[in-house]
Amino acid sequence: MIDPTFVELSRWQFAITAMYHFLFVPLTLGLSWLLVIMETVYVMTGKPIYKDMTRFWGKLFGINFALGVTTGLTMEFQFGTNWSYYSHYVGDVFGAPLAIEGLMAFFLESTFVGLFFLGWDKLTRRQHLAATFFTALGSNLSALWILIANGWMQNPVGSVFAPETMRMEMQSFSAVFFNPVAQVKFVHTVAAGYVTASMFVLGISAWYILNKRDLPFARRSFAVAAGFGLASALSVIVLGDASGYELGDVQKVKLAAIEADWKTEAPPASFTLFGIPSQANKETYLQIKLPWMLGLIATRSLDTPVVGLDDLESKFEGRIQSGIIGYGALSKIRGGDKSPETRALFDAHVHDIGYGLLLKQFVDDPAKATPDQIKQAAEGTIPEVWPLFFAFRLMVGFGFTMLFIFAAGFWLNARKRLEQNRWLLWLAFAAIPLPWLACEFGWFVSEFGRQPWAIGEVLPTFLATSSLTSGDLIFSLVSFVLIYTALLVIELYLMIKYARLGPSALGLGFYHYETGAAPVAAE
Amino acid sequence: MLDYATLKLAWWVLIGALLIGFAITDGMDMGVGSLLPFIARDDGDRRVVINTVGPHWDGNQVWFITAGGALFAAWPMVYSAAFSGFYMAMLLVLFAMFLRPVGFDYRSKIDDPRWRNAWDWGLFVGGVVPALIFGVAFGNLLQGVPFKLDDILRAHYQGSLLGALLPLLNPFALLSGLISVGMLVTHGAVWLQMRAGDPVASRARWIAAALGPLVALAFAGAGYWMWLHIDGFRIVSGPAHDALPNPLGKQVVRAAHAWFDNYQAMPIAWAVPIVGLAGPVLAALLSLARRPGLAFVASALGLAGIIGSAGVSMFPFVMPSSLDPNSSLTLWDGCSSQLTLTVMLVAVLILLPVVLAYTVWCYVHMWGRVTTQDIAAQSHSAY
Ligand code: HDD
Ligand code: HEM
Ligand code: HEM
Repeated sequence: MIDPTFVELSRWQFAITAMYHFLFVPLTLGLSWLLVIMETVYVMTGKPIYKDMTRFWGKLFGINFALGVTTGLTMEFQFGTNWSYYSHYVGDVFGAPLAIEGLMAFFLESTFVGLFFLGWDKLTRRQHLAATFFTALGSNLSALWILIANGWMQNPVGSVFAPETMRMEMQSFSAVFFNPVAQVKFVHTVAAGYVTASMFVLGISAWYILNKRDLPFARRSFAVAAGFGLASALSVIVLGDASGYELGDVQKVKLAAIEADWKTEAPPASFTLFGIPSQANKETYLQIKLPWMLGLIATRSLDTPVVGLDDLESKFEGRIQSGIIGYGALSKIRGGDKSPETRALFDAHVHDIGYGLLLKQFVDDPAKATPDQIKQAAEGTIPEVWPLFFAFRLMVGFGFTMLFIFAAGFWLNARKRLEQNRWLLWLAFAAIPLPWLACEFGWFVSEFGRQPWAIGEVLPTFLATSSLTSGDLIFSLVSFVLIYTALLVIELYLMIKYARLGPSALGLGFYHYETGAAPVAAE
Repeated sequence: MLDYATLKLAWWVLIGALLIGFAITDGMDMGVGSLLPFIARDDGDRRVVINTVGPHWDGNQVWFITAGGALFAAWPMVYSAAFSGFYMAMLLVLFAMFLRPVGFDYRSKIDDPRWRNAWDWGLFVGGVVPALIFGVAFGNLLQGVPFKLDDILRAHYQGSLLGALLPLLNPFALLSGLISVGMLVTHGAVWLQMRAGDPVASRARWIAAALGPLVALAFAGAGYWMWLHIDGFRIVSGPAHDALPNPLGKQVVRAAHAWFDNYQAMPIAWAVPIVGLAGPVLAALLSLARRPGLAFVASALGLAGIIGSAGVSMFPFVMPSSLDPNSSLTLWDGCSSQLTLTVMLVAVLILLPVVLAYTVWCYVHMWGRVTTQDIAAQSHSAY
């Protein structure tokens, strides 16, 4: 049986390393396209200031990119090192998108990124623009494939459990590729990356404008970021709403938990704007509700109910019972029983095998579980509600805040009234951390809301671990935290240093710190 | 659709090819990193060394990542048992490799000798430690790994923390590790002869000339040691090659000289270790003859021969178990389903040629010797 502390440690390690990785990913996803935009303007108009913009923001891109790669390395191998049974159990399906990600995306991105940094003198303008473009395309393709993998964990389509090999096997690659969950996740996540990069460029440019430094450079950067950011913030909200709709369809538990819907409401369900959920009492206090909204988001209708957590839990208890029968038949088949009756019994219950496995946290043979343990396992199918409830609301709140900043920035810039509205510039600068917070909260909702499953309704998280010891995990967890934190501090130091230097960092001789005087135009 | 047995075999070849691709490209960068603090003493020369691989190290590293991904997709049992079984070793590899992206990218961003010196040693560690551990891992595969599978195919191992790590560092495995470091350093030295200006290039010539023969000697020594003291594994009975993968369905015994079975059955297989012996020697001779281009080809062939020898000796085993030989994983029973292997084969056949094409394009466009003058001229943009 599996030691709960060990499972906790494994989960912490994955969560921490993944959240670190995702500190760097969104900026890469979005800033690469901003570089393509700036460089395209340069190639089309021939104005050197756009080359300077590409190169300066490219420097900051590089500082971030290095840690994206560093932390990504861990991710690629962590399924094998720490989720060994997971890797065996679903590698047949899950490994494919990961391998294709390497072949199709990482090669493209990483081969050309070196030319982006070091090829300015060796390539023609168009060749260099192509290198920038392929870097951006590669990083976005990597998001596509990894989210197909991650989407399959949330909604494991196109596959079936095979008793002979004791694992999930792929039935249809196209079903895995066109998984609706993966599609909505991909668009929402890359849009989140675009928002992140726009906020980053917008905030830093606003700071230059506030300090009256390198104004032509800063204004142009601000304009590009405001336009791209406005479009992205609108997309991230619309596409986030699409994620919510998908949840209503395939991950009802997560949706109900985000909403703290303890009981099924008569349709159309209302949306809880605020409240204080209590798991113990299955009750949400101090609620502020928007009537009809949730029904519209989750079901796109006014007469379909949104199922509450209580009803879901009792339904799962039934599936656990069915899973016990399925697991019994599975053991017989693996023991050599080839009779058609056993096979028929197995086939009738194969979809609940995962629920049967939930009991392995208490007993080796699910058939030996007591009614109490079954009850406890059913309760465990509902994740902690309050963290999901608040994380979701913070993400959405930050989304609307940023939409406002981009819209105001876009409008004031179009009317040439930016400099008079210093409050907006300060706001843009102060909002730089928001997209990162929103992204981390988003992943938290998505991954914590999936618990107790590593693969939705197929493989429980505690079973997915490796057979290591808590000692191993303490050592690795502490090492990861120390090394990553040290690297993050170095990264932030360089990032701030270069952001403060501004385009003077390019050593061209005519930017702010190089003239020692008031800002000089570089047009 | 190809039949299942052929597909399984094709994937053995492909995984081997990815590992060799990794050694030729990223292995070269590791060799260069291992040489960095010694072959170049002042900042100008060090930047020359770093910038010879500067534009390419990240693309090269993807061979490593893709080999990991392909292992996951094609041999999930191996991915799962190997990386968790070698947990501590894997962590050391990762921690060392962390120093490379930041080393390359951050080193020259601050003009301070202590800062730059520290990252140079980081690049050294990021080169030498993974190279050593990969060799040690092969040395242990040849001796069998202490793991066993239970009835739901969960892998279990012996020991934890240092108790798991220290047994891996036995003499035979350390010899394998040294061979691995030696061959990658030779390879890196050959690269520097092509791409760096003097004095780095001429120092690199002497290093390659001295190391090449030593690598060949050590490789031959390891082979002899294996013949004398390392019991191989042999399948005595088991399911057909095209059966559904079931690692527990076969009977395996350990026997002296069993790792030489394949050479006896198919003498042409001797070609592989012979290439492994000849490659580094030729690389050394061609370096002395000032033909670094040809030396590079010879060194790459040598890498393929040495890695290939381990594969051919163990065939069809990929991860033998010393604890419970029947749990050993082979290319027939550690692999994915027929559909997944087919999908992945199609993906590789389409994507890999494209990757190779643009990789070559990039190398061609960035070609040319890097000199201290170049670096001085671009001190704000070069690494
Ligand atoms: C391809 C698969 C995949 C992808 C793309 C992600 N995750 Fe995930 N995540 C897992 C696969 C996974 C996992 C292996 O399945 C974990 C480990 C334990 C678990 O249940 O799921 C997990 C757990 C996990 C947890 C902890 C949940 C818990 O144990 O309570 C968090 C907070 C995240 N992840 C966050 C992230 C972030 C920030 C990601 C962005 C890079 C991310 N995940 C991408
Ligand atoms: C848990 C699953 C994940 C794994 C196994 C993984 C693996 C990796 C690896 C190995 C790298 C380094 C590639 C290189 O050398 O260029 C990397 C970088 C990257 N990954 Fe991930 N990753 C994961 C999650 C994600 C997610 C969810 C996204 C996007 C939505 C993403 C997007 C990226 C991007 C854009 C990079 C480029 C480097 C950078 O961020 O600066 N990854 N990842
Ligand atoms: C304002 C409206 C928003 C809505 C309605 C929304 C909705 C959602 C939902 C429902 C999920 C969970 C999807 C799942 O578990 O499958 C999610 C995840 C996520 N959100 Fe948002 N979101 C919004 C804004 C944002 C913003 C502004 C960002 C970042 C800039 C962001 C970043 C993320 C990320 C990174 C994830 C995890 C990946 C994923 O599951 O797609 N979201 N969002």
